[in-house]
Amino acid sequence: MRYSGLKVIKEALTGHKGWRPTWRDPEPKKSYDVVIIGGGGHGLATAYYLAKNHGITNVAVIEKGWIGGGNVGRNTTIIRSNYLLDGNEPFYELSLKLWEGLEQDFNYNAMVSQRGILNLVHTDAQRDAARRRGNAMILNGSDAELLDTDGVRAMYPFLNFNNARFPIKGGLLHRRGGTVRHDAVAWGYARGADLRGVDIIQNCEVTGFKIENGKCLGVETTKGFIGANKVASCVAGSSSRVMEKAGMRLPIESHVLQAFVSEGLKPVLDGVITFGAGHFYCSQSDKGGLVFGGDLDMYNSYAQRGNLPVVEDVIEGGMALIPALGRVRMLRSWGGIMDMSMDGSPFIDKTHVDGLYFNGGWCYGGFKATPASGWCYAHLLATDTPHKVATEYRLDRFRKGRMIDEKGQGAQPNLH
Amino acid sequence: MIINHPILGPRDSQEFTYLGDATLIDRPDWEADDAAGQFHDYLYLRDNPAGEHRELWFHEQGDRSWLVVTRNTVTHEILNVELARDVARARGRSK
Ligand SMILES: Cc1cc2nc3c(=O)[nH]c(=O)nc-3n(C[C@H](O)[C@H](O)[C@H](O)COP(=O)(O)OP(=O)(O)OC[C@H]3O[C@@H](n4cnc5c(N)ncnc54)[C@H](O)[C@@H]3O)c2cc1C
Repeated sequence: MRYSGLKVIKEALTGHKGWRPTWRDPEPKKSYDVVIIGGGGHGLATAYYLAKNHGITNVAVIEKGWIGGGNVGRNTTIIRSNYLLDGNEPFYELSLKLWEGLEQDFNYNAMVSQRGILNLVHTDAQRDAARRRGNAMILNGSDAELLDTDGVRAMYPFLNFNNARFPIKGGLLHRRGGTVRHDAVAWGYARGADLRGVDIIQNCEVTGFKIENGKCLGVETTKGFIGANKVASCVAGSSSRVMEKAGMRLPIESHVLQAFVSEGLKPVLDGVITFGAGHFYCSQSDKGGLVFGGDLDMYNSYAQRGNLPVVEDVIEGGMALIPALGRVRMLRSWGGIMDMSMDGSPFIDKTHVDGLYFNGGWCYGGFKATPASGWCYAHLLATDTPHKVATEYRLDRFRKGRMIDEKGQGAQPNLH
Repeated sequence: MIINHPILGPRDSQEFTYLGDATLIDRPDWEADDAAGQFHDYLYLRDNPAGEHRELWFHEQGDRSWLVVTRNTVTHEILNVELARDVARARGRSK
């Protein structure tokens, strides 16, 4: 499906009856060069960049539900390049640069909006940490500005600056961060991949692998066996369940994260604010709803819904920061299953099985990573060498003592 | 979720903090020849099942006991609650 201004006018005058599906709905072929498991943001981006950057188009994306039904359609849409560690920041900076050109690249409106992200600080120690992180960001080509209290007040006068426990002492502002229309990212990549010949196969669950003599020959699915030279797993919260079928135990736990949206309001919040100390962050969607969230529910879960204690915790954090929230009605809340890794950082790697690759461990930060994850995973699949900004995302890094632990929490996935 | 504490009866899960898979009770033998490999697996790898999961909960805002809770990770239903002390002893730990 291609779009043009002329087509929009024509359809407007003829009752919108001429629009066609944006991608095909093919039956699976017997075999492919590459089979990607999981039609989330990362799987679709991988297919897109395999076709676009490497000319590999005999590719299938196998999705057990519908594309965009997983975390790519459940997140709070924040993109940013504000990491501290060398293993991470160059990767996320590549991702943000790709976001900046994405809509022109795949010719689809993903509503990329660089409205700025402000991380609030409340103590001298937090300010020092923010300054250090800001410097690391700048060294890696990202942007950062340290604001004092007045700087924050000028941006958001309605915040509660004198909270007894967490008075606002400033913040780290990352102006190029922002939000993106998450569904449109899945759709844009799907359309771009489909136009280049990739088969997107929905309602088809991968139920096992065919592995002989240490080589992966394809996947068993609910639509039968599909052969492949290379199989690329990309199933986010389902990583342990899928890779278990290849005999792997992963350094990952699955946890549920909730998010919330309010009734539509007039524009009040033009950027993203994070209040880490209070387990709350918030932005306003272009439709007017306040989109916000907080911490994980903290226990292992595969239910795409959370429990009430965390709802209460998030709302309390919100009220502490933005007292005016008390007048706002909540519309919806939902949950998604996070692939929480042991150091809070992801994996893009080969496995011990020849021809089987793994992408996962994205925790609650994988949406912003979507373009770079697809870019680097496609690079690995096409060349069998890691992309230079993803060399640290190895599955054996715990064995080697090369953890990438931004928060210094250790092997406690729910604290990352 | 309501956790049926073996001593205190039904308690709100909010009173607890969560540690994770109860296999953390089975600390490897540091003197074993392959201790480094065993500790890697113990510390970093998880079964992470969808379904029944035995896990450690700490009654931080209660009697500060450690519990082994058997819970379904798909439905959040709690199936069994034991004192971690009893579980560890039954496995020959902390004699
Ligand atoms: C509430 C919430 C808020 C978040 N907020 C942010 C944020 O603000 N910024 C940010 O950067 N990140 C955020 N995230 C994290 C981000 O959404 C994820 O890290 C990212 O979307 C994961 O990659 P994905 O898009 O490929 O995953 P998914 O969209 O979950 O894709 C995985 C797909 O694999 C499919 N699958 C699973 N098993 C099988 C199988 N056996 N066979 C076939 N298909 C299978 C699933 O159906 C699913 O569609 C948030 C997540 C949640 C839940």
